[in-house]
Amino acid sequence: MRRTGRRRLPAVAAAVAVVVSLGGGCAGTDAAGERELVVFAAASLTDAFTALGRAYAAAPGAAGAEVEIVAAGSSSLREQILAGAPADVFAPADAATMDQVVAAGMASDPRPFAANRLEIAVPAGNPGGVDEIGDLDDPELLVGLCAEEVPCGSLARQALDRAGVAAAVDTNEADVRALRTRIEAGELDAGIVYRSDVLAAGEAVEGIDLPAGANVVATYPIAALTSAPNPAGAAAFVAFVRSRQGERILAGFGFERP
Amino acid sequence: MLRAGMDLTLGELHLDVDLEVADGEVAALIGPNGAGKTTALRAIAGLHPLDGGRIEVDGEVLDDPAAGVFVAPARRPVGFVFQDYLLFPRLSALDNVAFGLRCRGWGRAAARSEAGRWLARLGLADQAGKRPRALSGGQAQRVALARALITDPRLLLLDEPLAALDAARRPQVRSELRRHLATFDGGRLLVTHDPVDALVLADRLLVLEGGRITQVGSPAAVAARPASPYVAELIGVNLLQGRASGERTVRLASGAELVVADPLPGPDVALALRPQAVALHRHRPEGSPRNCWWATVEDLEARRDRVRVSLAGPVTLVAEVTPAAVAELGLVAGARVWASVKAVDLSAYPV
Amino acid sequence: MTGRRRPSRGGERREPWLLLGLAGLALAYVAVPLLALLQRAPWRDLGALVRRPVVIDALALSLTTALAATAACLLVGVPLAWVLARSRLPGRSLARALVTLPMVLPPVVGGAALLLAFGRRGLLGGPVYEATGLLLPFSAWGVVAANAFVALPFLVLTVEAGLRAGDQRLEEAAATLGASRWTVFRRITLAQAAPSILAGGVLCWARALGEFGATVTFAGNLQGRTQTMPLAVFLAMESDREAAIALSLVLIAVSLAVLVPLRDRWLPG
Repeated sequence: MRRTGRRRLPAVAAAVAVVVSLGGGCAGTDAAGERELVVFAAASLTDAFTALGRAYAAAPGAAGAEVEIVAAGSSSLREQILAGAPADVFAPADAATMDQVVAAGMASDPRPFAANRLEIAVPAGNPGGVDEIGDLDDPELLVGLCAEEVPCGSLARQALDRAGVAAAVDTNEADVRALRTRIEAGELDAGIVYRSDVLAAGEAVEGIDLPAGANVVATYPIAALTSAPNPAGAAAFVAFVRSRQGERILAGFGFERP
Repeated sequence: MLRAGMDLTLGELHLDVDLEVADGEVAALIGPNGAGKTTALRAIAGLHPLDGGRIEVDGEVLDDPAAGVFVAPARRPVGFVFQDYLLFPRLSALDNVAFGLRCRGWGRAAARSEAGRWLARLGLADQAGKRPRALSGGQAQRVALARALITDPRLLLLDEPLAALDAARRPQVRSELRRHLATFDGGRLLVTHDPVDALVLADRLLVLEGGRITQVGSPAAVAARPASPYVAELIGVNLLQGRASGERTVRLASGAELVVADPLPGPDVALALRPQAVALHRHRPEGSPRNCWWATVEDLEARRDRVRVSLAGPVTLVAEVTPAAVAELGLVAGARVWASVKAVDLSAYPV
Repeated sequence: MTGRRRPSRGGERREPWLLLGLAGLALAYVAVPLLALLQRAPWRDLGALVRRPVVIDALALSLTTALAATAACLLVGVPLAWVLARSRLPGRSLARALVTLPMVLPPVVGGAALLLAFGRRGLLGGPVYEATGLLLPFSAWGVVAANAFVALPFLVLTVEAGLRAGDQRLEEAAATLGASRWTVFRRITLAQAAPSILAGGVLCWARALGEFGATVTFAGNLQGRTQTMPLAVFLAMESDREAAIALSLVLIAVSLAVLVPLRDRWLPG
């Protein structure tokens, strides 16, 4: 029996090493001194924040930083943070979502950094012949919105209310990227997304403005999370996003100043 | 009337056979494993197409590759009793028997009533509602027989009909099968590897070895003159038919009486006796054997290290002795010798 | 002398301890999340939560689409299983690999592929839409299509295994008795395969009921039309945890109500 124990020891040691390296995971610092940063961003910020992340890492002050952008529906990200996900920065699509995280003590001192307008998106060529928001109540058209649970969805419904339109909705997508993808693919005739989405989709999508009185502006807050594995990096990234350079990058993607 | 010239290759087996079975005749295909007996049967049933040759039943061509004729099994006037009976497990005995009629468009009630008649005829009236797994081997065999016969085939095929039974039950079921087969007037072809089955059930034996028929004849003729070592090994059994004339005495057709050790199973019996159990003597033996007679040597045949001696007399049979015994006794054709058999070496089977 | 357990001699029970321990671990792994769900359930409000239209709509939709998908899979899947098990056509192993594909694909990928095939601009969907105005996405039929896509392999492979295990000699016996090929199929083959068809159907139904990725990608999400229970749970998780747990409990209860009575019947063979 003793012989078996000795033979087993290296295997056990190896197993322990694997488990430790998988589970432990130095989220904050690696041996080489590089700083890893995890940013939870709203789906509508995907492209903008990817660019911001790259710019931040390239900036002289934060040499060698690795920025990971996790983009999803704001409410989904909120739930993950509340459940203890190891993120450093949170940038949801509305203040209400941020307030819930702040109220739970997971974030502090949120600041607005960008604004985004809603816009009607139609596939290139406008096959549904949509001219304005009032057309969205046509049951013959395939119309999509974001689910009410995500900021894009609740804002869109506010805008429709203000415009006095009862849209004939065919699907409520889980996040704005999914909605945009469906419109790009021509699966839907129209949907209400952010202006940044219309810009990001380029040739595949055409945008139609909402009437001035109906439009709703989404203000994006950003904050460092209180239990961030990399607090210094978190603060630095927040500052970068709100800097001139950050503003310029965001403007390139269709975001406005808050 | 079955006329079959079969040329068929299946894996390693190459079957090349010409056989006929007349109406009213029971023929047995006998041979070692792998000889092609079951394959021949399956080809006649249509479960295997021929490569060449022709199968004909009552003039109707069922399979003729050269002429491009092949009749599907379902349309052949052939009944098949499979080795494991293959009764449909989810149907009762009655519905099993009725199956063939239902396939022919009979209504359920009519088919069941006809099936009931068949079961009664075979003594299975009170098994009608049972599932196959609740039936004994002999009962299952009768159900399979009824199932095959109810569709009024012109030819009945049986594949090792007694193989699924245990040895103790076999004799009883065998004699019952012989009676039931006798009630069918078409040709009957059965396959078996058990010589006693062949001898009891069949009028004619067809020995199949390596895909070819090596001997044809009545059971007695084949047993007396085995044409190959296999047959000699296999049917190295003498079979004598007689009637009971006492609790342990059998009277043969010739009038001679033989005594057996155990009480006889019925009025008509077949006695099986191994050639090795026949003892030959120059003088009449003293002591125990009660079965003893004065025989004439008809023929001698050398086989490896034994000699087969055909004997005529009150009891016609074959004895097997050593060459030394032949020399010592001066056995030649025409020689006279005493033959004896112990009662205990005679096995009696009901017929 | 029938089946009574022998009294233990020297403390050896029938089941080895190690095996029991590992088996217990497996069982616990499945049971603990269930217990956590039960423990966090809003029992007081459960009645009210469950009666909300969003829940009733989702449940009704889930049940009807799962049933419809199972029926569709049975209709085409059993013949396919027969071809794979019994016929001698060439290309069967390729066909079998193809049928197994939805099992291996991530459901979302399956949904995306369905869109490319049957969406408004899809390979087949496009021409059909142009000609007839009929469209699968955003309709309950789209949910059925997505469910059938992911659940078909479960049915086909189970039934194929059942057919293979069946005794083909019974089919020969039936043939010699005069049964046509259709009669053989109906009265012998199908009867023998019945347990595996039931098992396959149950697996198919269970898979369809729980389907999420392909459904949300292909059919979309709209209460009453395409929002099945799994979708409703997913969305509720982000806004109303208690509702999500209530929905989950309803789904589990319904599944158990169907699977438990069938538990002895849905293992093939």
